[in-house]
Amino acid sequence: MGVIQRVKKPTTRKGKKVLQSKEPKPIEGPKQCLFLQGRNPSDRTRKLLKDIYDLKKPDGAYLSRKNDFVPFEDATLIEKLCYKKEAALFGVGSHSKKRPHNVILGRTFDYGILDMIELGADNYKGMKEFHNAKVLSGLKPCLIFNGPAWDLNQDLKRLKSLFIDFFNREKVETIRLQGLEHVLSFTATESGNIYFRSYKILLKKSGQRTPRIELEEIGPSIDFKLRRTRLASDDLYKEACRVPQELRTGTKKNISRDAFGSKLGRIHMGKQDINRLQTRKMKGLRKTPEEKKQFLIKRKKEKQAAKQAQNAVAE
Amino acid sequence: MDIVNEILEREQKKAEKYKSITVDKHLEVDIDVGCLLASDTNDLDSKLLEKSKDIFLQALTRDNTQLLLNKIWELPTERADEAIIVKLPEPKTVIPRAKPVPKPKPLTKWQEFAKSKGITKKKKDKLQWDEQLQKWVPLYGFKKAAAEKEKNWLIEVPQNLDPMTDMYEKKASEKSEKVAKNELQRLKNLARSKKVKIPRVGLPVTSDKANATQLETAATIAKASTASLGKFQDKLPKEKEARGKGIHELIPGKERKRKLPIPTPQQERENNLSMLDSILSKRPKIDMDKAVAKHINDEQVQRSEEKRNTKSPKAGKRKTKGGNATNFSAKKPKAGKGQRNPSKKAGSGRKRR
Repeated sequence: MGVIQRVKKPTTRKGKKVLQSKEPKPIEGPKQCLFLQGRNPSDRTRKLLKDIYDLKKPDGAYLSRKNDFVPFEDATLIEKLCYKKEAALFGVGSHSKKRPHNVILGRTFDYGILDMIELGADNYKGMKEFHNAKVLSGLKPCLIFNGPAWDLNQDLKRLKSLFIDFFNREKVETIRLQGLEHVLSFTATESGNIYFRSYKILLKKSGQRTPRIELEEIGPSIDFKLRRTRLASDDLYKEACRVPQELRTGTKKNISRDAFGSKLGRIHMGKQDINRLQTRKMKGLRKTPEEKKQFLIKRKKEKQAAKQAQNAVAE
Repeated sequence: MDIVNEILEREQKKAEKYKSITVDKHLEVDIDVGCLLASDTNDLDSKLLEKSKDIFLQALTRDNTQLLLNKIWELPTERADEAIIVKLPEPKTVIPRAKPVPKPKPLTKWQEFAKSKGITKKKKDKLQWDEQLQKWVPLYGFKKAAAEKEKNWLIEVPQNLDPMTDMYEKKASEKSEKVAKNELQRLKNLARSKKVKIPRVGLPVTSDKANATQLETAATIAKASTASLGKFQDKLPKEKEARGKGIHELIPGKERKRKLPIPTPQQERENNLSMLDSILSKRPKIDMDKAVAKHINDEQVQRSEEKRNTKSPKAGKRKTKGGNATNFSAKKPKAGKGQRNPSKKAGSGRKRR
């Protein structure tokens, strides 16, 4: 709902600004994430969501109260809360005998559910259990996806996109080399296990410009099992993935660059009439009155013929 | 040669001291540097994964991270505030948006018109010099109302008005009317952009007395505002329907004329010129049919005149003859006046069976 679509005008300047900030933009900032508790969340799911929230900070909110709802049956609560908090990502934790340590990760598009994927946390080791120095919060992590299953399975393909969405943060132009110190690794096996690991990067000397990488695990370390999924239809997903016209880069015709980086343009010219070309004027080449007359008559005839042809076309 | 060997050996030793930064992969790792993303599609060693999962995963991730960082370190670097930064390329992976792509704002009716006519907005200064107050007065907003109050401490009542009218009240009501009109137009634009059908509002309410045409229009609209669109309403002896620009559209049940698109300045000019041309080069037109008919009529009249002049003394003779088929002036024969034949059965009366 943009400002222009509203019937009632905002009364205050601040209110107008708030509404404007909620309007869709061509370039969006980092997606906000909402972490909720479902019915009877276990200690493990609470801690797990908290850890993911810590990784996601400052673009997130952690709501610790229990909510009596099942996202796969009725997701209106999520949609409502996401609308209220302007969030596009969510994580819900719950626990039951049928689905122990259940974590649902998902995202919304236009305040409606786009994707929702249910994961069971089989093994979990929290961030606190690793006794070492952590990375700074708010860093853009490197994302590593291991295993061929990520591209083969449709659900996993979408889950990969979801994980990228969760941890990608925002698009950056430049990055500080020393600031690359966090790696998130996602490994998928054929049997539907997903191993989530988080490491700190240690840059060692290699005798070259590029450093040698060593990793140190900082947690959390989670073994997920893929459960139910509710994925967006292809139409909706395509609509959500649309790139605005102003960001699309089309190739410009007839402009090229050579090896030295200088710009080259190619222009098209009409056919040249060499007979009409004005060369050096000499008395000997000057037209006699007779020739001039002939030339004028010829031109007149040509013009008439052209006019007739045009009239014929018009009729 | 000794020196060369020595240097080479030293280099080799140096290289051995450090671990290598190269990683061999069966399939090439797909790297999106803009996203800091690497996806390794090589098969996982399931035996190792089962035996020592964490060590295997760490080693695998290390290799892939090394590949990713190698790519990043290849990028051209810059120095900014004692930090080395690299410029990342555009990310290749497409992530769904949180909200739909913004649509362009629909133009208002005025904006559309201005665009077609090439009217551009003129920027007005925020402050204007007021000769009367001898100071700079803002166009609107803070301190404008105060300046206006200072300026209009007295308003003259014009001669054509009732001397007891409150000019301040009148001014205020005019202003509020303007605001209301603007709001109405805003809503109309909104409805137009959403393609909502809005009911006709009839005549605008005016603060002053309505004039004759307005009253006439109002009466016409009111008459047509029945369920049967005024079909069964009585008419006054000399009543006329209101006419004029824009009135037809206000009357319920009347077909709306489709409006022509606003002509461009060039088109408008052409139209006007062609109209002017047609007026200036006007020549009397001849309606051939009418002319022929008139000519024939004239001839006939002439001929009949001649005949009358020549035959006037014999005029009585002809009457006695009678029975001329072409003489329409003769009386029509009437039924039941002729003689009856008694031998013939009478055709009149009911047929009996």
